[in-house]
Amino acid sequence: MSVFAAGPGPIDEIQTREVFANFGFFELALFYLLTAVAIGLFAYGAFRRIRKYARGRRAGRLTMPFRRTVVRTAEIGANATIGHRYPMVGVAHFLIFWGFIVLFIGTVILTIDHDIVRIAFGEEASFFKGTFYIVYSVILDTWGVAFLAGLAYMGLRRGLSRPRNLDYKRAEEPPEGYSRAQFVRGDWLFLGLLAFIAVTGYLEEGARIVASDFPDFEIWSPVGWLVGRGFEAIGVDAAGPGETWRHVLWWVHSLAALGFVAYIPFSKAMHMLTDFGNLLFFDEGSSRRLSPPVEAPDHAGYQSLEDFTWKELLDLDACTKCGRCHVVCPANAAGAPLSPRDLILDLRQWADQSTSTVSILDREHRVEPTGPLTVNGDGTKLAGDVIKQSTLWSCTTCMACVEACPVGIEHVPTIIQLRRSLVDEGSMEQSLVDALSNIASQGNSFGKSSRMRARWTKSLDFTIPDARKEPVKYLWFVGDFASFDERLQEQSRTLARLLHRSGVSFGILYEGEWNAGNDVRRVGEEGLFELLVEHNREALEAARFEEIFTTDPHSLNTLKNEYPDFGASYPVKHYTELLRDLIKSGEIKVRPLGRKVTYHDPCYLARYNNITRAPRLILEAMACHVKEMPRNKQGTFCCGAGGGRIWMDDSGLVERPSENRIREAMELGVDYFVVSCPKDLTMYSDAAKTTGNEDKLTVIDVVGLVAEAMDAPEPAMASEAGDVG
Amino acid sequence: MADMIVLLRQVPDLVEELELNDDSTDVEREFMKFVLSEWDDYALEEALLVKEASQGSVTVVALDDPDVDQVLYTALAKGADKAVKLTGSEEGWIDSHQRARTIASWMRNQTYDLVLTGVQSVEDIDGQVGMLLAQELQHPHVSVVVSVETKNGSARVTQEFGGGRFSELDVQLPAVLGIQQSRQAPRYAPISRVRQAQQAGGLEEVPTEVSGGSGLTVRRLYAPESTDHAEMLEGSADEVADKIIELLRSRGLIK
Amino acid sequence: MASDVLVLVEHIDSELTDTSYELVGKAKDLAGGWNGEAVALALGSVDTSELAADRVLKMAHPSLDNYTPEAWLEALHAVVQERDPKLVLIANSTVGMDLGAGLSGRWGKPIAAYASAITGEDQDVVVTSQVFGGKLLAEAVIDGGQGVCTVIAGSFPGEAGKGGGATVEDLTPPAALGESRTSFVTTIEPEGGDVDITESPLLVSIGRGIESEDNIELAQEFADAIGAAVSASRPITDAGWLPKTRQVGKSGMKVKPKAYLTFGISGAPEHLEGMRDSDLIVACNIDENAPIFDIAHFGTTTDLFDLLPALTEKVK
Repeated sequence: MSVFAAGPGPIDEIQTREVFANFGFFELALFYLLTAVAIGLFAYGAFRRIRKYARGRRAGRLTMPFRRTVVRTAEIGANATIGHRYPMVGVAHFLIFWGFIVLFIGTVILTIDHDIVRIAFGEEASFFKGTFYIVYSVILDTWGVAFLAGLAYMGLRRGLSRPRNLDYKRAEEPPEGYSRAQFVRGDWLFLGLLAFIAVTGYLEEGARIVASDFPDFEIWSPVGWLVGRGFEAIGVDAAGPGETWRHVLWWVHSLAALGFVAYIPFSKAMHMLTDFGNLLFFDEGSSRRLSPPVEAPDHAGYQSLEDFTWKELLDLDACTKCGRCHVVCPANAAGAPLSPRDLILDLRQWADQSTSTVSILDREHRVEPTGPLTVNGDGTKLAGDVIKQSTLWSCTTCMACVEACPVGIEHVPTIIQLRRSLVDEGSMEQSLVDALSNIASQGNSFGKSSRMRARWTKSLDFTIPDARKEPVKYLWFVGDFASFDERLQEQSRTLARLLHRSGVSFGILYEGEWNAGNDVRRVGEEGLFELLVEHNREALEAARFEEIFTTDPHSLNTLKNEYPDFGASYPVKHYTELLRDLIKSGEIKVRPLGRKVTYHDPCYLARYNNITRAPRLILEAMACHVKEMPRNKQGTFCCGAGGGRIWMDDSGLVERPSENRIREAMELGVDYFVVSCPKDLTMYSDAAKTTGNEDKLTVIDVVGLVAEAMDAPEPAMASEAGDVG
Repeated sequence: MADMIVLLRQVPDLVEELELNDDSTDVEREFMKFVLSEWDDYALEEALLVKEASQGSVTVVALDDPDVDQVLYTALAKGADKAVKLTGSEEGWIDSHQRARTIASWMRNQTYDLVLTGVQSVEDIDGQVGMLLAQELQHPHVSVVVSVETKNGSARVTQEFGGGRFSELDVQLPAVLGIQQSRQAPRYAPISRVRQAQQAGGLEEVPTEVSGGSGLTVRRLYAPESTDHAEMLEGSADEVADKIIELLRSRGLIK
Repeated sequence: MASDVLVLVEHIDSELTDTSYELVGKAKDLAGGWNGEAVALALGSVDTSELAADRVLKMAHPSLDNYTPEAWLEALHAVVQERDPKLVLIANSTVGMDLGAGLSGRWGKPIAAYASAITGEDQDVVVTSQVFGGKLLAEAVIDGGQGVCTVIAGSFPGEAGKGGGATVEDLTPPAALGESRTSFVTTIEPEGGDVDITESPLLVSIGRGIESEDNIELAQEFADAIGAAVSASRPITDAGWLPKTRQVGKSGMKVKPKAYLTFGISGAPEHLEGMRDSDLIVACNIDENAPIFDIAHFGTTTDLFDLLPALTEKVK
């Protein structure tokens, strides 16, 4: 072993440390007893948790075995989700994660050697010596340092820089007050325990090296060696109290470690196990393609623990309170009583309480048994008491929380299951009732006659083909807002004109088209959604076309991802994708506009369906300089209209999400705020007005710019315009 | 505790353009979309609220109006206990007098404490059904009711007059009430519940004969001439604001 | 059958309502054509000295003092039985809703409700009624030339019914009045203390189009700037966003300001009934087909959320 030959001492076959030096029989017996107790507690705690998950409904998460096992495991090993947008935290967690695993494996190896190999095959069979021991020592000693460095960063971040995502202020505050001081103590206990185990490990190692008087091979435990030298400097040496210190420190370290094992399933530490599972079984598509409601005769939405799937129950235990969802949530930013973090934590506490699960320092305290402390029975409701109605209705289903969550929690589908419960009992605000009633009777939320749906086409000087009467290439699914909102009808006409002018074959369904139902489903009115799907499916079956394109990203989402479950499977694209294709193929010719613009990604386009390139390519084709807002593409910020919020009152908000967004855009010094969703056009036009930026920032749809670019004067050197990637 | 009967009726959906029939004596009903009369919806809601407050039962009854099954199933989904459809009515419009007489003939074989229906409908040119029914059955009646409470064989009702005036009356049961408004907005019936009710069936169909008549002959229907249509102010919000202020100033209404 | 036109007059605090005069005026006009009398029936205690009817019938009884549908119908029916008038006119008010159809059922004669015009064509009675929420008018003939008609307030001039000079006749109440199954409990008067919209010469009136309670602020600011009061249509007061005393319309207040400015009111017939006599009506509604524009003098389809701040700004 030439590598080690250069080391400070010769490699001797017997070079190793003694595990139970100077232990009497009873002491040894006590240790094994305590070990058994710790493992027993761990097993009990883990069993209780697993038994709880087993109570859950089927989740259908055993698909894609390769992806889930190999790819996800690699991602988890790389701590990729933790480093996403938080690189330093990712690195620190990586060090703690692998530090812990390495140290844990170290302990396992020692146990195998000591308690299995030596007992089964005799002392001489031990492999925990010589070269193996040296390599082992170096690895563990260095990872121990990495582990402590990671913990130090996390501790400093938590203690000194105090980011907003780690402050536990609730979004929905109970009038009688609450305290989350236990959460804070629990966090410090977790961090502190880990650090304490690592530090006492080093101290014990140092004392051991001192007590054995610095044998040469122990230099391969460099930290222990230095600690030993430190002991020596303060008079703890082999001749003096070295061995006593070692003995005491051995016990302190071991007790802490055993205590930690027992503590895992009852505390924040359980995330080490639950998050692995949660990430393995995470389904990034669960928000874009919702699951059907519970099949129960007496209720539709979630009412009790039994209604949750095992993955949803696992979600609750997976939360580490990192608060990333809390800070990206547009509802929370707007001052609405919703924080996805609080929602999960409340459900967790309620679930723990209902299953009498013991948890250490993981409880919110309240004077009255409200919110997460709600006692089951006595007519208390999961949706309404445990989680407030106002909380559930605040969600825009923008999916920012799901995207931000490093541990694979799927907040949005759970919120919708709870909303289904509210809809089932009719608990919703009047404006939403009106919208749903209108949709049920006329197929649109405006309360207009369904026969008026295509009235916006009347002022065109050509007739858009009825796809039910003549075959077309593209079927345009126009959507409610683009059809009925007077401010948006002109937008629809612009798109119609430019497609017509470019000779594109397209048609519409006229009164056959009804609201696609994306937001109806997200409100929680599944029955109405099914009704809409049936209606639209019939209309689509009666039409002849090759592809669908939609104006509305929300319609796009449900047509593309949810309709196939109901037997309506068609290729669906967004109009920005269509325009990109048409520009690329030269069917639409645009000239350079050279505007300074920023582009707002609609949640349902970017985050739900990963469509972020097409609109940017169009803008580039018109030689518009796109300056990105800090929150862009999949990290976009919601306008506040999604998930049925557009039908609800938003006057109680401190700052509308759309206003927040306009302020973000104002920082860029651009002239145009480009959108690609009809709801966005109204939301942001309004927000530009209410924030007083109407004159400085023009809110315009991609279509509006393309129309302008088609009519723009021929530039002196018109070569690159119209050339998309 | 009161056993209540709620009369429901379908009326043309005013969201739609109303078209006239060939001789302009009625609206063209064949392709028209019908919805539950909004005041009947209030009556149903008020009945459900009374039932929630003091038990009892709610039976909804309707003539065989277009798409009426849907309305009856929706009422069941909302919490009505029983739904009855009186069949045998002819095609086309059935006036209030005929409705009252038909429903009365069925009601004579029923036991009930209270009858609730919408105070009016958009097409009851020959009078409100509830009040006509009360005469058929010789029950006391109150219309323009905005709140109902039952106790010991009587109902305390709040009747609304104009200008924020109300009066409270006690009516001995059985009685007929014309509901102007329910204390709460009509509840929403989730579509899945309506479909459940539909699948469960349970619509009681009772054959009846429509008789009587309003004694009115409609000579023609026509849209009101809007000869005095407002003069429209055009321009941006700023320009329109200027014009409005000028209107007020020129009349000396503001400085 | 006599050729008389009988009007059931209504009163609040012993004073006749405006509509009572309007109906009496019309009754005189119609009865003149049929060579009959315009007869007013006043139940309970009321000052009828200003009525220009040919004859005023008065009936007093403890159960008539406070209105109950049952007692009043009993009294009205007894008089109708007795006098057999050609036509009975009742306002399309709460009383008319109770008694119009009630009398028709009891008497066995037709009723034409929601009337805005009545003409005599020889012995025929031709009534024009508002139906389908005011979207259509129906012209109907009362078969047999005898029946009941409930009339929308403001359909006829009130002046023709004023002037006094009627022969007053006191009637004996029917015995059945003592057996009423309906008893009066109490009257709830309008809540005082708030703004009296009937007194304000300028009204800024808001409807459903204001969308949310918070937006009322926009209307209030403009109203404050021009010294107007804020009134509303029924949906706003039903939602509890403004007190009931601010409601204009059939079930609210009748107003006649110098200027009535509406924002987000579409103009249901019930609302129009309460404000049609305003000197100047300016309407703002994004739907160009809203019926409010048929009654307004000036209109705009500008978005009220743009217009209101602009107005406030300019006045300030």
